[in-house]
Amino acid sequence: MTMTTPLWEVFIRPRNGLAHKHVGSLHAADEVMALQAARDVYTRRGEGNSIWVVPSAAITASDPDQAAENFEPTADKIYRHPTFYEIPDDVGHM
Amino acid sequence: MYSQGLIGADNRTEETPEFLARFQKRIDAEEKIEPKDEMPEGYRRTLVRQIGQHAHSEIVGMLPEGNWITRAPSLRRKAALLAKVQDEGGHGLYLYSAAETLGVSREEMTEELLSGKAKYSSIFNYPTLSWADMGTIGWLVDGAAIMNQIPLCRCSFGPYARAMIRVCKEESFHQRQGYEIVMTLAQGTPAQKAMAQDSLNRWWWPSLMMFGPHDADSQHSDQSMAWKIKRFTNDELRQKFIDATVPQAEFLGLTIPDPDLKWNEEKGGYDHGPIDWDEFWRVVKGHGPMAKDRIKARKKAWDDGAWVREAALAHAEKRRARKIAAE
Repeated sequence: MTMTTPLWEVFIRPRNGLAHKHVGSLHAADEVMALQAARDVYTRRGEGNSIWVVPSAAITASDPDQAAENFEPTADKIYRHPTFYEIPDDVGHM
Repeated sequence: MYSQGLIGADNRTEETPEFLARFQKRIDAEEKIEPKDEMPEGYRRTLVRQIGQHAHSEIVGMLPEGNWITRAPSLRRKAALLAKVQDEGGHGLYLYSAAETLGVSREEMTEELLSGKAKYSSIFNYPTLSWADMGTIGWLVDGAAIMNQIPLCRCSFGPYARAMIRVCKEESFHQRQGYEIVMTLAQGTPAQKAMAQDSLNRWWWPSLMMFGPHDADSQHSDQSMAWKIKRFTNDELRQKFIDATVPQAEFLGLTIPDPDLKWNEEKGGYDHGPIDWDEFWRVVKGHGPMAKDRIKARKKAWDDGAWVREAALAHAEKRRARKIAAE
């Protein structure tokens, strides 16, 4: 089998003022070709004005098996939300 | 463009009943499954196969239309056809990426396509004999693809659903440009109208076959429906397609080549004549008129491109080494 071409994750900013958002991935030999391919594959209809490409291997992801211990504790901390606190209507908008 | 009703998926799975019940509960709650989540092996295998077939269909689907780019009758038509074929290349890439999240490599999928192990939609094994076929393919083949793909936007596997949303957004132009081509011919000279009718005659039945075998003969459908990979059965989608397409043909003054086609008031849809399933299975098994040429073309592209892939990697390696040396 031939050598494998590295995988890149592609992020696009739709317009100034918005964050770059993950749109997909692609294979390319290096970052220059990855950017060119990202332009062709992911911006054929004015989807954005800026592209980031990141080697997929450089991403460290949280483990889905630990999702419960990572994220569930926040569910019972309702006092972190403004609606937890009772403010009389007379006080007005707060 | 699109993959036909999945052929030959093996969705056997060997997990414990508890595991499968837990997974099914997530599916029933309409939760999306993401690549690193636990999933039954049969679910993974079905998706690798289906997304792979779908991706291959997009890539092979560039060939019948590529055949006419240089002979498009005007600059407007040529620009549209080029853009459509480029989209199909893009759709193939979105889909390969979605399949790769399940642990299969691009190289493995390419090898399976070239060796004939992996299938692609049989529709692309028919020849494109006239310019009218560019219109009919957009109208019928992309039309059938859209019917199939819209429910896939709600597929339970996240990366596939996301890829399908992008594909569907782009696909609508494909069908409209195709219909416009057929309409121009249908409203043109008698010879042009005859060309449009001939094209419809050749593509109608293969388009109906794109939805795959009848539900009664589609062995793996039930499991795919339960896992919400699939949302409608082959026959349901085929019926939707026929009901949407017949009035479009009537508008053009063209005749659908099915003497048994008639409106059924009771079911609120059209009844159609028998589909030639022998032809369908012949083409699926690789005896379609263009099957050998399609794989030959893909193999040539892969082999002729080998030096480019190798040179690009060698160049990247050289740049990396220089950068390290300079530090």
